[in-house]
Amino acid sequence: MATRGFTGRRPSAAFASRLPPGQFETDDFPVLSKGPTPRVDLATWRFTLSDGPRPLASWTWDEFEALPRTVWQGDIHCVTTWSKFDTTWEGVTVDDLLAAAGVAAPSAYALAISHDDYDTNVPAADLLNGRAMVATRFNGAPLAAEHGGPARLLVPHLYFWKSAKWLKGLRFTARDEAGFWELRGYHMRGDPWKQQRYSDDP
Amino acid sequence: MLTPRIVSVFLRAPLPPGLAGQHLVVRLTAPDGYAAQRSYSIASAPGAMPMELVVEKLEDGEVSPFFHEVVAAGDHIEVRGPLGGHFVWRPADGGPLLLVGGGSGVAPLMAMVRDWYASGAKVPLLLVVSARTWDELAFRDELVALQARAPLLRFVAVTTRDAAHRPGDLVQRLDSAALQRLLTEWGHAPAHVFVCGANRFVEAVTTGLLDAAVPPDRIRTERYGGTG
Repeated sequence: MATRGFTGRRPSAAFASRLPPGQFETDDFPVLSKGPTPRVDLATWRFTLSDGPRPLASWTWDEFEALPRTVWQGDIHCVTTWSKFDTTWEGVTVDDLLAAAGVAAPSAYALAISHDDYDTNVPAADLLNGRAMVATRFNGAPLAAEHGGPARLLVPHLYFWKSAKWLKGLRFTARDEAGFWELRGYHMRGDPWKQQRYSDDP
Repeated sequence: MLTPRIVSVFLRAPLPPGLAGQHLVVRLTAPDGYAAQRSYSIASAPGAMPMELVVEKLEDGEVSPFFHEVVAAGDHIEVRGPLGGHFVWRPADGGPLLLVGGGSGVAPLMAMVRDWYASGAKVPLLLVVSARTWDELAFRDELVALQARAPLLRFVAVTTRDAAHRPGDLVQRLDSAALQRLLTEWGHAPAHVFVCGANRFVEAVTTGLLDAAVPPDRIRTERYGGTG
């Protein structure tokens, strides 16, 4: 049903095909978080890969920075309906993390775990084959704290709440365990092209 | 109209009452089926009818100008919600309660203040609201009047480009020193803190609260806008 008097502002034809349904493009880089920006000290920072409670591998900041690096360029989509085009991220792919740990993905699901006790669940299939990285640089500069620095998950093909800020670990889980927002009404997977925003979306 | 740039939109809709601090998703549809959706905070107390949404006009906005220039009483608007399970306060959560809002960020805090008062106002509540001028403080008159009736409410107005209008109000940008002073004068350690506003405002306030030794896990934020 049309809203009386609403005409809207459509994206240009060139951008329309890149914009998932219900999204609008912004030049800004909005910030959303459940609480204060945590104070993360690089001197004590560690990133831990684990299989349930069992650690598989752990890196200090310097060790992490020495891992093979990948650059990804593309569009990101937030469930609050903004999308940002042509962003450039640099970091370590989850594939390279697993390779450095000398293991294959131990299960079909994972929880990304952050310094502010945030977590979010992502199927392993969405993390592997170059689809996700732990990003430490944005548009050529160290990732700002407000945007999740020093390191955040980047899963750009899912809504951006899955790209957990201030990441400290990735824990593989046997089951798909709901994370912070998933326990509070948001979708378990969050595909923007299917508009999987809330838990009652298909 | 709440301020020159912020309006209230009153909705009569058979929605669940929800919780103070939640928002609605509003979806506007053009004649050709094109739709745009945005989230707006609910300022009315849970269960109040009509439900009050707060909409700040963004000059280059697509949806907010509709609510300032086009919408009229009796129009039908598609909504979803109330939504949000984190930036919420229930009377059973108790206090002391510290609410800090910037600009239209006062909206979800207003729902909490109204819910707090309607449920008996049993815990101390410090509400700090910042705006550029005295006339841009949304809900100002209601809050001044409520403070006169509710001894446990302390309402501090902060203006950045105006003179102070009442004793105890501040004229400055909120920083660590000001927040530390407000907490000391209040005399309570907040059990729950809610900060809402533009990202830069929320970042400054939460930095100040951490400097004032408020534990981070007691602070919940809701931000809009970004880092440019």
